[in-house]
Amino acid sequence: MSAIEILGLEKTYSVGFWRKRPKCALKPLHLQVEEGEIFGFLGPNGAGKTTTLKLLMGLIFPTAGSARILGMEINDPRMKAQIGFLPEQPYFYDYLTARELLEYYGQLSGVAPKERTRKVNEVLQRVGLPDVGGMQLRKFSKGMLQRVGIGQAILHDPKVVFFDEPMSGLDPMGRREVRDLMEQLKLEGKTVFFSTHILPDAEALCDRVAIIHKGELRGVGAIADLTSSVHGQVELVWQGTTVPASLRALGAECHVTGDTVRAVLSEANQDTAIEALRRERLRLVSVTPVRTSLEDYFVQKLQPAGAVAGVRT
Amino acid sequence: MSTRIVHIASNTFREAVRDRVLYNLVAFALLMSGAAVLVGQISIDIERKVVKDLGLTAVSLFGVVIAIFIGIGLVSKEIERKTLYTVLSRPVRRWEFIVGKFFGLAGTLVLNTFFMAIGVFGALLYVSHHFQRADGWLLVALYFIILQFLIVTSLALLFSSFSSPLLSAVFVFSLFVIGSFAEDLRGFAGMTQGFTRWLATGVAYLVPNFSALNVISSVAHEQAIPGQLIFYNTAYAMIYATMALCGAVLVFEHRNLK
Repeated sequence: MSAIEILGLEKTYSVGFWRKRPKCALKPLHLQVEEGEIFGFLGPNGAGKTTTLKLLMGLIFPTAGSARILGMEINDPRMKAQIGFLPEQPYFYDYLTARELLEYYGQLSGVAPKERTRKVNEVLQRVGLPDVGGMQLRKFSKGMLQRVGIGQAILHDPKVVFFDEPMSGLDPMGRREVRDLMEQLKLEGKTVFFSTHILPDAEALCDRVAIIHKGELRGVGAIADLTSSVHGQVELVWQGTTVPASLRALGAECHVTGDTVRAVLSEANQDTAIEALRRERLRLVSVTPVRTSLEDYFVQKLQPAGAVAGVRT
Repeated sequence: MSTRIVHIASNTFREAVRDRVLYNLVAFALLMSGAAVLVGQISIDIERKVVKDLGLTAVSLFGVVIAIFIGIGLVSKEIERKTLYTVLSRPVRRWEFIVGKFFGLAGTLVLNTFFMAIGVFGALLYVSHHFQRADGWLLVALYFIILQFLIVTSLALLFSSFSSPLLSAVFVFSLFVIGSFAEDLRGFAGMTQGFTRWLATGVAYLVPNFSALNVISSVAHEQAIPGQLIFYNTAYAMIYATMALCGAVLVFEHRNLK
């Protein structure tokens, strides 16, 4: 059974005051996320990521299509007891302390009173806020609120967790901690579905990603597959500041940075180039095949359909 | 009752208390103390009537203002600040949220009225040094005022489920004013003919009949309140508030939370 199954989910809004006209926020979306995977939902701002998450959370209603989470309909309360959700730029009841807020959400999620206090303490520890549980949220920084938001999403030990831009507002240390937390969730067997436009985060974390742009799914696949596209080129890196003339003759693109030179050239000329470097007594550091990065794939997918050539989906 | 409704209601109550809503009691206490001292000096034989009249009117106005201004933000503020997202993504049904919010504010108003009632009885004791049997009718007038609050709160929830806070405030306040003259409106409808009669009668029965719930003048004059009126008013307020709440739930169940 898939953890998340989206079947032609579509959302069109009516905009305008007098003359109502339709605005498509999400074109029919078909997507499956398997249990236990970290799935990245990528796209630029305004692509339809938050709309999709709101549809899955039952906050807005689809124009057409349906979705199932853990095999249940999206408005099924039994399913909602098994999911956690962090909205984008979360805002919480600022008259409550972090502990009171988590207690409240624990009550709403049906966490037994005996377990609640223990779980709240555990979660405060886990999101790095063990000492400020008694502080009112109105005194929290944006990053601290984000941590509380993550805490409330995992408090009731959900099977599937949805994060909308979880790294937003966090400093580098905070981002690292959230990445570690997501990996931990995966190790615990949970499914993590998160939206982001920060590609290195997705590349470091995700098993699979989907790319959405202008409300349309542009591509979906495993990170390993999307980034293993060898273009028949290799990258040579050596120490030094000089580029042998024979290498230039092979058509290598060279870039000198400090005391390191990087050259990209055809795989067929790899042995000749290495021989040339040996002759010049230059210290070879690495030889790696050139791969398509997630960023390259993302940029390709964002281009209009006709402008892309040779891109796999 | 679902435990989730109880949790939402107690959080709404906690919000009202922490947002210092009960501070209005300080203003009310000052008003009643000032009135008691002043009335004792300028009124002859009618101190009791003036204190009852002024006290009950103040209880009603303070409560209605709180019911309107907190009630209109109960849903719209949660949508605007997106606090609703983390509530409705849990096993909480939309109707449970609306009903929980209603009971939370209703509880706040009942507590507020309880403390104000102590103020009214205190002022009464100050001006006349003793209670009379007829003072017991004050409790009935206070009960009717609470019924008014329930209707106002449900209307505030209804309007805030689909319109902006400002418009909701205007709608609810207008209905409160029109409803306070509902008996006059019904009288006017009886005097007209044709379409006007049909329209006036429709409006007169659609707006909440707050005038039937206002027995302040009778109580101030120490007149008894018939048991039948207590029964009818209770049934009327419960049915009206329930219908308004059902309307709020119906609208909210189909609303996209953008």
